[in-house]
Amino acid sequence: MSTQKLKEIIKQVLPDVETVICWQEGFDKLNVTPIFITSPEQADKVVWNALCAQNLASYLPSQKKKVAVAVKGCDSRTIVQYMQEGLIDRNNVVIIGIPCKGVISKKKVQKAIGNEPVEDVTFTDGSVKVKTPSGEKTFAIADVCPSKCTSCQFPTPIVYDQLTADAIQSDKPAESVYADVAELEGKTLEERRAYFLSQFDKCIRCYACRNACPMCVCQDSCIAETRDPHWITQKLSLDEKLMFHMIHALHLAGRCVECGECERVCPMEIPVAKLKKKINKEMKELFDYTPGVNPEDKPPMYTFNVDEAKIKEHKL
Amino acid sequence: MADKGYLPKEKIKEFVEALGKDAAVFAPCLEGDTIIFRQYSPDKEISLDRPANTPPKGAIYPQCETLLSFEFKKEADNPQKMDVELKVNTDFPKAVVFGGRPCDARGFTVIDRVFVNTDTADPYYKKRRENTTIVTKCCNAPVAGCFCVGVGGGPAVTEGSDVVMTEVDGGYYMEAVTDKGKAVMSLPMIQDGASYEAKAKAANEKATAAVRNPFPAGADKISSELFDSGDFWGNVIEKCLSCGACTFLCPTCYCFNITDEQAITTGERVRSWDSCMFQHFTLETSGHNPRPVKNKRFRNRVGHKFYYYPEKYDGAIACTGCGRCIRYCPVSVDISEIVGYLRDPKADPKAWAAEKKDAKN
Repeated sequence: MSTQKLKEIIKQVLPDVETVICWQEGFDKLNVTPIFITSPEQADKVVWNALCAQNLASYLPSQKKKVAVAVKGCDSRTIVQYMQEGLIDRNNVVIIGIPCKGVISKKKVQKAIGNEPVEDVTFTDGSVKVKTPSGEKTFAIADVCPSKCTSCQFPTPIVYDQLTADAIQSDKPAESVYADVAELEGKTLEERRAYFLSQFDKCIRCYACRNACPMCVCQDSCIAETRDPHWITQKLSLDEKLMFHMIHALHLAGRCVECGECERVCPMEIPVAKLKKKINKEMKELFDYTPGVNPEDKPPMYTFNVDEAKIKEHKL
Repeated sequence: MADKGYLPKEKIKEFVEALGKDAAVFAPCLEGDTIIFRQYSPDKEISLDRPANTPPKGAIYPQCETLLSFEFKKEADNPQKMDVELKVNTDFPKAVVFGGRPCDARGFTVIDRVFVNTDTADPYYKKRRENTTIVTKCCNAPVAGCFCVGVGGGPAVTEGSDVVMTEVDGGYYMEAVTDKGKAVMSLPMIQDGASYEAKAKAANEKATAAVRNPFPAGADKISSELFDSGDFWGNVIEKCLSCGACTFLCPTCYCFNITDEQAITTGERVRSWDSCMFQHFTLETSGHNPRPVKNKRFRNRVGHKFYYYPEKYDGAIACTGCGRCIRYCPVSVDISEIVGYLRDPKADPKAWAAEKKDAKN
């Protein structure tokens, strides 16, 4: 239903924009890939289904002209954060909002089907049927979704110009958002350190997490590569990997919109988003701030108050 | 020494440990849900269930290696003068790459042409290559993205391997390809394999038939007009994030960077993999960058593998179709699709230009 509506909206907005950024079928049935639509015929290629996990809003700051972009609720937080940080001009973006009941983690599906090649994927309400050479398997989307969907608070985009379907409300309790962080907090500092070291040991320094991150703004001056200043070396040691990931996480303090792109794109399946979520939780507790929710907010690290209500150490 | 044998599955660990008696064995090890080539130790779990996330390239061509270490020292009788002391180590132990796939093994042959079969061989790579035996597992079935048969390979090709093993009847039919491989076959847990040969052949034929070939027959020449079209690259690669996943997971990419990593008076000159997808890759000291945008960088990656390299090395393609760059690309860029466009005899460069909407202000 909403795919048809999406196509209609795209054709409708296309005359006013240079490009419409949406999803189309990828190299196989389990993959979708972005499409940059510049002609009405291309609009017929677009798809909208639970495979459309990629956050297309990440492309916005690099667009030079007026564009339209298809966003899910979670992706719209990226746009709100861009507005807060002045990284996009809202007048140059047409937001096509898609109410979403959850997407699929490709990695989870691949694991569940034993990494067989996928012949077909079909969707029925709330579930997905995957056909492989050895047969068909059906999964509830709730069982193969990325963790962000299990506690989604924003199934409908926060900002939009057009909606492809009726808005839907979240049925997940607000307390569930940081449930996975609580598990981490239950561990001792030594255990946490050991956990993250064993995870980052898998890192190949490809920087997919950085380049997919909508809020990574250092671009070509990233500490990972810059030689002046020479923060980290090109060696493959665990120290260098940890340093990069810690800096990435700290640069996102109170800015991470929890889109999960860093984790989705990691070819080594490192839970890269966990650190960032933990820091976001701290920021929430300290400053009562949730990134990417209100365009009028100011990110806490973009400003400061002499008297912070919850930071006692600064009082003389 | 026999050149055919059979290894029951339950003896894999024993086999790998025997290989490890006088060599470092690099094997696909399971860590969480990730399969990574690591130096084997008994606490690690080997997984041959699917191709590893990473190719075994790093076993012979490490992602980062010390070319030399240096130390600045004051001269004893003239403290105002500094000397530099250099140390070089090319004394590499024997090694075995176990459990890679035929595409992974072929990857080494691509690098060999550049690093070994030349007047100026790379001593580090060459020595490691000579010291390494490659025991390859043939693929029973393709996984997402694979297209080895489209680039001259296949799920059971032996090029680059010393031994190939094919899964049959609760074990592996093993065949030595080289003399190095024959030495492996003399290990005591390898049983007589002649009776499995026909079954292995049938399994390999079945696997070969299952792999997709993205290139139509006869479409093996890249259209230089399309290749040189800026509009083409702008259209096909707008979605690229310019990360290095495709290159760092590639069994054939061999481009590197050399940096001096120094702390006070001591340091190392290291060679580390570089990625042509990175903005810094072609950044010159002057500040000029001949490939400042991702379209140009991606064009280089495709050109290197499917255009320039074949021109230089008698038509050999610098891609073994392992599919990792497709499978793990954050935005599902499909290099085989792009090369397919470039080779399509009916491709019309003007059509690619026309697809771009007239520039608006």
